[in-house]
Amino acid sequence: MDTKAKSKRLRTRWRKQDVELTFLALPTTVWYILFCFLPMFGIIIAFKDFKISGGFLSNVLNSPWSGFKNFEFLFKSNDAWIIIRNTLGYNIIFIILSIVIPVTLALMIGMLHNRKAGKVYQTMMFLPYFLSWVVVSAVGWAFLSFDKGIVNQMLVNMGSEPINWYMEPKYWPYFLIFMNVWKGLGYGMVVYLATITGIDKTYYEAAVIDGASIWQQTRFITLPLMKLVIVMMFILAVGRIFYTDFGLFFQVPRDSNSLFNVTTTIDVLVYKQLKTATVGMASAAAFVQSVLGCLMILTANWVVRRIDPDSAMI
Amino acid sequence: MATRTVYESGLDRFNRPSKGVNIIFNLIFILLALICVVPILVVLSISLSSEESIRQTGYHILPAALSGEAYSYIAKQGTMILRALGVSLFVTIIGTVLGVLLTASMGYVISRPNYKLKGLLTWIVFIPMVFNGGLVSSYYINANLLGLKDTIWALILPLAVSSFNVIICKTFFKSTIPDGLIESAEIDGASQLRIFFSIVLPISLPVLATIGLFLCFGYWNDWFQSMLYINNQDLYSLQALLNNLMSNVDALAKNAASMGVSYALLAATMPKESARMAVAIVIVLPVAFAYPFFQRYFISGLTVGAVKG
Repeated sequence: MDTKAKSKRLRTRWRKQDVELTFLALPTTVWYILFCFLPMFGIIIAFKDFKISGGFLSNVLNSPWSGFKNFEFLFKSNDAWIIIRNTLGYNIIFIILSIVIPVTLALMIGMLHNRKAGKVYQTMMFLPYFLSWVVVSAVGWAFLSFDKGIVNQMLVNMGSEPINWYMEPKYWPYFLIFMNVWKGLGYGMVVYLATITGIDKTYYEAAVIDGASIWQQTRFITLPLMKLVIVMMFILAVGRIFYTDFGLFFQVPRDSNSLFNVTTTIDVLVYKQLKTATVGMASAAAFVQSVLGCLMILTANWVVRRIDPDSAMI
Repeated sequence: MATRTVYESGLDRFNRPSKGVNIIFNLIFILLALICVVPILVVLSISLSSEESIRQTGYHILPAALSGEAYSYIAKQGTMILRALGVSLFVTIIGTVLGVLLTASMGYVISRPNYKLKGLLTWIVFIPMVFNGGLVSSYYINANLLGLKDTIWALILPLAVSSFNVIICKTFFKSTIPDGLIESAEIDGASQLRIFFSIVLPISLPVLATIGLFLCFGYWNDWFQSMLYINNQDLYSLQALLNNLMSNVDALAKNAASMGVSYALLAATMPKESARMAVAIVIVLPVAFAYPFFQRYFISGLTVGAVKG
């Protein structure tokens, strides 16, 4: 009774600690307001006929409202459907591959007899994850450049014609998928391997006594115990389905115009329009992306909560 | 926090394939590991090729004629690359320190169970994970309203905090720092600032190192902020410089021309192709040497992030 009243009093009155903690949190709070919350209000640009000239604030406030005109322009352009198809299409392929390949490889590397070798492989395969897209783009150029690239050297040595890779859209979906897998492989393996090593080994002991083969152990012990993490990674990826890795789609194809149809995603279009100052459509596209992205994340979280309440974010 | 390697448990004696399968698995992994590493070695070998051999026969996996001219050129004409290196180092160091402080302080504050504004601040951290203003309005706020365009802070401030890192911190503080420790310090009359800086931070090195590493690699590898906000060549980071060189190999010569040498002469004689790859190697080398040592921090960091707080 006494302690209850006391804790209630503590909760309603500002103590010295509260003041000090607020002081401690102040810089980061200011950061959040400036870099996260102000831009949220900037979203009204999407509904305005925004012109870039003079002061920013007065510009935003004084630009005339345009209703949904920016959105109309966006969806009337042919580009809209191409970028939506690209964004969703690549993401669906990436989601499938970023689960199937790292899970398979994590299962395999966990079974290797020689642990040291496994560690060396893992370290080597982790390397691309730490490279920037600019560097990856330079690596791609070393192989695919028309007159100097290694691939064309090989083609010529084998007697075929060199190919102008940066002008040929038909190859790029494969390149982009390959690059994405290549860069993310090491990361994915770590995530799944951490789950595999966390499995209680008495399960396997019992299975071996019952005469289970390796395949049966994997099929009936390892995979079911990994299921939760796999589902979670899947749902998190689905929540980001309207976002793409800008570096992959902009840097690696080197912004080549002839590849527009196969390499332009929502992020790339928004950036390009921002740079060419067609702000209205760019902000409409960014707005659609933010809102749909938010809906996807909330839906994904709702699904996670139904599967496993402890893993939900909210 | 698990510091041992991830293989050393669970599957030691069981769940092992036969010898033949093991050999096949090893071969597959050798192939995959080579696919991941060889392209970087190819870039290294191109950077070590003589410009003459590249001009005649193009890039090769092994240099046709070995030469360090790209590196000696970089070292000699220097200013632009040295300046870019300086910008990259400054951004990485200042950004990491600032980011760790901002992240850890917020993480600590929202981990305190009795703090009055805990709920409000938790929402402030959480909302940006779900919803953001999008690139266009962020760009205009940062460039015009906050005046970050063409300043070095445009490379540092927007990347300093991520809600994901704050939550990793919060989870760590909540699960590893005993309440009793903080309470006894409070009873001894220590202020919260003092508790945070002289008690909490020193015993939280594992999580600070994890977040610091994430930030460090993030800053070193960032090129997008430069592309958005930086037009002034003096503020180019290494990544921005390489980005520029990828689209325009003459960029180096243009800079050197301002030092009094004829542009035409320089453009004709400088090692362009190999210099481009040499800058890529200057960027990659520190990363390639550093990450194997820090890999276990990353691994434990990833696992910490997965733990629900």
